[in-house]
Amino acid sequence: MKQVKRAALYAGLLALALLIWWPLWFIVMGIFLPADELSALLGPVFGEGEGYARWFLLPNCPTLSSLAELLLDTPEFFAVFWNSCKQAFPQALGQLAVGAPAAWAFAKLRFPGRRALFGVYVVLMLLPFQVTMVPSYLVLNRLHLMDTIWAVILPGIFSTYPVFILTRGFEAIPKSVIEAAELDGAGQFTIFFRLGLPMNLPGLISAFVLGFLDAWGAVEQPMTFLESAENWPLTLYLPQVVMDNLGLSMAASFIALLPALLIFLFGQRYLEQGILQGAVKE
Amino acid sequence: MKRKKNTHPHLRQLKTALPFLAPSLAGLSVFVLIPFWDTVRRSFCNAMGNRWVGLTNYRQVVGNSAFQLAARNTAKFLCVCLPLLLGLSLVLALMVRAQKNKGGVFQSTFLLPMAVPVSAIVLLWKVLFSDSGLVNGVIVRLGGEPVSFLGTNAAFWVLVVTYLWKNAGYDMILWLAGLDDISKDLYEAAAADGAGTFQQFRYVTLPELRPMAGVVGLLSLLNSFKVFREAYLVAGNYPHESMYLLQHLFNNWFLDLDMGRLTAAACLMVLALLAVIGLGRRYWRLDGA
Repeated sequence: MKQVKRAALYAGLLALALLIWWPLWFIVMGIFLPADELSALLGPVFGEGEGYARWFLLPNCPTLSSLAELLLDTPEFFAVFWNSCKQAFPQALGQLAVGAPAAWAFAKLRFPGRRALFGVYVVLMLLPFQVTMVPSYLVLNRLHLMDTIWAVILPGIFSTYPVFILTRGFEAIPKSVIEAAELDGAGQFTIFFRLGLPMNLPGLISAFVLGFLDAWGAVEQPMTFLESAENWPLTLYLPQVVMDNLGLSMAASFIALLPALLIFLFGQRYLEQGILQGAVKE
Repeated sequence: MKRKKNTHPHLRQLKTALPFLAPSLAGLSVFVLIPFWDTVRRSFCNAMGNRWVGLTNYRQVVGNSAFQLAARNTAKFLCVCLPLLLGLSLVLALMVRAQKNKGGVFQSTFLLPMAVPVSAIVLLWKVLFSDSGLVNGVIVRLGGEPVSFLGTNAAFWVLVVTYLWKNAGYDMILWLAGLDDISKDLYEAAAADGAGTFQQFRYVTLPELRPMAGVVGLLSLLNSFKVFREAYLVAGNYPHESMYLLQHLFNNWFLDLDMGRLTAAACLMVLALLAVIGLGRRYWRLDGA
């Protein structure tokens, strides 16, 4: 009886997991399909052919020609991919550069107004983009930064969510370690760079992973602040442009997924930690 | 003499802390805090921002039919999605935990959609949900009637499913931490009293999870504003009426540069969110100590 129950539970989990594995497999398999096979299978969706779209688990004669065509012969796509990188990496790294010192001050320094200020940071962390976009627009417009990639990067860098995660990480550093360093005559900057940052490496990684995934998938910010298509990242470009060639679209989906997937696999443990640090109160 | 003693340590503390805080504070002031005051001011002014009009903008926002539609849809979306999301992610967490050593694979699996950007699945969603897409193909083969997923009220449910698909893993991680915190003694005591699996869940697990439920609910509510990404993925800029959300409205007013309404709506939203945050305040330590 107990074994039956366990088997049923396992089957349920597998079924749910399939809902996630299958879409990913679709994207991966898509890059191996030759163009004619693709249009035979998915043609009905795009107005070619009768009946309904079909799909199989494995391609008949796998090839990488679409991927090669996309990467070698489609400079337009390359520019969009580069736009995504130019917006996501500086944002995630900038968040650390600005957020880590601030988090250190909140976690390890005592100064008047600290509690109130941290409260302001928490409230700002909880506000959705739709609220902050109006103030951000007013400034970006005045600084003539609208429609440049800085309009996406700069407000993103000052997100307070990483500060919150990093503060939690710095708080975990024992007081005795810092006092010992102070006794040795180390200044606050030395302690921060030599002790704080290395000891909070997991926090830095989790803030980076969360920040990168968010920036890589961003739709609202580029949509609001970037007017000309030449600055568009993948998230805006791919839904708008139905490529004339299905193979290219499949390959583009795969390339859009790849960086996020790699960062996820590399930082999964830290990602979970980051999620928890953003929530647990104690 | 005494006065000096009182102010001196504070000043010294500030002098130490300021270099660390300055970049962050400067950026926040420039990009959020100072322009936010401008936003509040403009919400009481005409579109050019140079004449005081009192509450006119607010009245226009609340009386606007698009606003009413969007607010209704958003409320409906939250009422449907949040309970489903909390329930589904709790079930996932319980199932993953029951697997003991094999649970890790599933845990990663359910978290995976968080890393999948909208741009990567937009084509797939078209293939799945268009009128002659894969889902309809399966429905027809099973003898059902094809559904126009994106052109009818069904669009709302596509959005709900997409949202659950993307966010259940995040909440699951939180639930798992909550479940880990429940002491084993409680279960042993309940078992000694003759409580079965279900009764243990009902009388031990659920009450013990209540604090975590507040956190998960609040974070899910605030994260739910990002559903615009999925809505955009499913339907682009001009979605079916049933999934026209506040986020779409903000976007459209923004495109019209309707600053009067936009600023008033933003202020209303801040007020609503501050109320929610105020209610949920006990779940966060606001002091950072």
